[in-house]
Amino acid sequence: MKFELQYKRYSENSILIQWPAKIDQNILQNLLFYKKSIENYYNKVIVEIISSYHSMLICYVCTIEDFYSEVSALKSLYNSHQEVEIIKKRLWEIPVCYSTTRAPDLIDFSKKKSLSIEQVISLHTTPLYTVFFLGFLPGFFYLGGLDKKLHLPRKRTPVREVKKGSVAIGGNQTGVYPIHSPGGWHVIGQSPIDFFNPNLDTPCFVSAGDKIKFMSIEDSEYNDINNRIKNNDFELKPIFL
Amino acid sequence: MKGIVEILKPGLSTTIQDKGRLGYSKFGVPKSGPMDEVAFGFANLLLGNDENCACIEWTLQPPVLKFNAPTQICLTGAITDAFLNDDKIEMYRQVEVEKNDILSMYFCKNNLYGYVGIYQGFQSAISLKSRSFYTSITQNATLKKHDKVPFVISNGTENRFSNLILPEQDNLNYHLDVYRGMEFDLLSNDQKDFLFNTEFSISNIRNRMAIQINEELKNTLPSIITSPVLPGTIQLTPSGKLIVLMRDCQTTGGYPRILQLSAHAINQIAQKRTNETIQFKLIDF
Repeated sequence: MKFELQYKRYSENSILIQWPAKIDQNILQNLLFYKKSIENYYNKVIVEIISSYHSMLICYVCTIEDFYSEVSALKSLYNSHQEVEIIKKRLWEIPVCYSTTRAPDLIDFSKKKSLSIEQVISLHTTPLYTVFFLGFLPGFFYLGGLDKKLHLPRKRTPVREVKKGSVAIGGNQTGVYPIHSPGGWHVIGQSPIDFFNPNLDTPCFVSAGDKIKFMSIEDSEYNDINNRIKNNDFELKPIFL
Repeated sequence: MKGIVEILKPGLSTTIQDKGRLGYSKFGVPKSGPMDEVAFGFANLLLGNDENCACIEWTLQPPVLKFNAPTQICLTGAITDAFLNDDKIEMYRQVEVEKNDILSMYFCKNNLYGYVGIYQGFQSAISLKSRSFYTSITQNATLKKHDKVPFVISNGTENRFSNLILPEQDNLNYHLDVYRGMEFDLLSNDQKDFLFNTEFSISNIRNRMAIQINEELKNTLPSIITSPVLPGTIQLTPSGKLIVLMRDCQTTGGYPRILQLSAHAINQIAQKRTNETIQFKLIDF
């Protein structure tokens, strides 16, 4: 699948490539494939590619001398490759404890949505979410696929500290706070998993294009996993789809 | 052999910075690095260091440092009266430090950010290929009293005579060069006129992530789908605030990106104090 792409000069040493302004799985696949070919082809002259829903920013080591010849090189790279499935899709099953003691906003959230807590849990654990990209905080992934019945505008005033591991909903999005942070989303659950570890070469195991499923766990299981993580005795393994 | 510098007084928002983290945006990790790359670069240049060597960055109120071994240092950035023990020392040149010397500096006279460079750079822990401080990535977000930072001991140098005399820059820094931002074309002509014919001033809402401008621009633009941003990107919020993203900014944002500061203008705006005025000057690539 090929898209009409726009190329724009962003700064002295960067070019923005834009797909149609939509949040769409096909765009994500196409973007990640193009990103991979740019990384392979330009590994010496490009220092960073920042990707998001429908655009990516290519940052070069040096100032771009001739924008038009850079763009035409990028375009011919896009047109010369047929999109193929590069890697198998990975699914991560993330344990989440949806308990009122661990999730400060769960009761309030269910009341505002006129749903029972069981319904909230069921609606949140059913979908297979897609990771579009990471941003906002180190290790924070933007997910697509939240059920419309769970959409709720974010809080008017953000809370000073949302706990690490908080599973939350803001507007039409859901995600997990990988570190303690101020935040305005409604916390409906708590995951014991470490989503960001700066001591590892790959500080976050989740990457753009992965799938996520939330699995409801009991309080005792939360404590068990938490202890195993502390003792270095727990590893989350992906399922290859 | 490693020496140790002890932080006797931490100063304000004092951090360690090298040129920052590259290649980690896919994990949502900010780039970081010195607020004023020019002043930072001079510190390493004058010491004959590699350009990525880590310096101490301070804000308005400098730290007091004690060195337990000989080395060379260089002070750059915001202008301050500096002393090694009781002797006044010059900025922008190499200074020999002896065992147990204490470096102290007064609250700076102009600008905001100053740098202490050291022979071969401060040797604090590396996290994700950089020593730049950032909450959740390095152990500390700022240097604290009694912290100890290692450095490479050095007895004298053959090349200690280079120095720099900087021109009075205050007037040169009034106009900041900007490029059109990704959503610039969505602005009305009135909004564009306002952007380039208004004297803007720096608000007191500022840190290493972003600087907010006091004056507001009447905004009619909707939010955008969350998209990449860089240091120097100027965002327009729904309430009309102009937010200038700086070195510790997030990798993506959802507000329209109306302007992009030139690489040099990012260093210039970093050094502006609260209520200092600026004007944006549109340039082409």
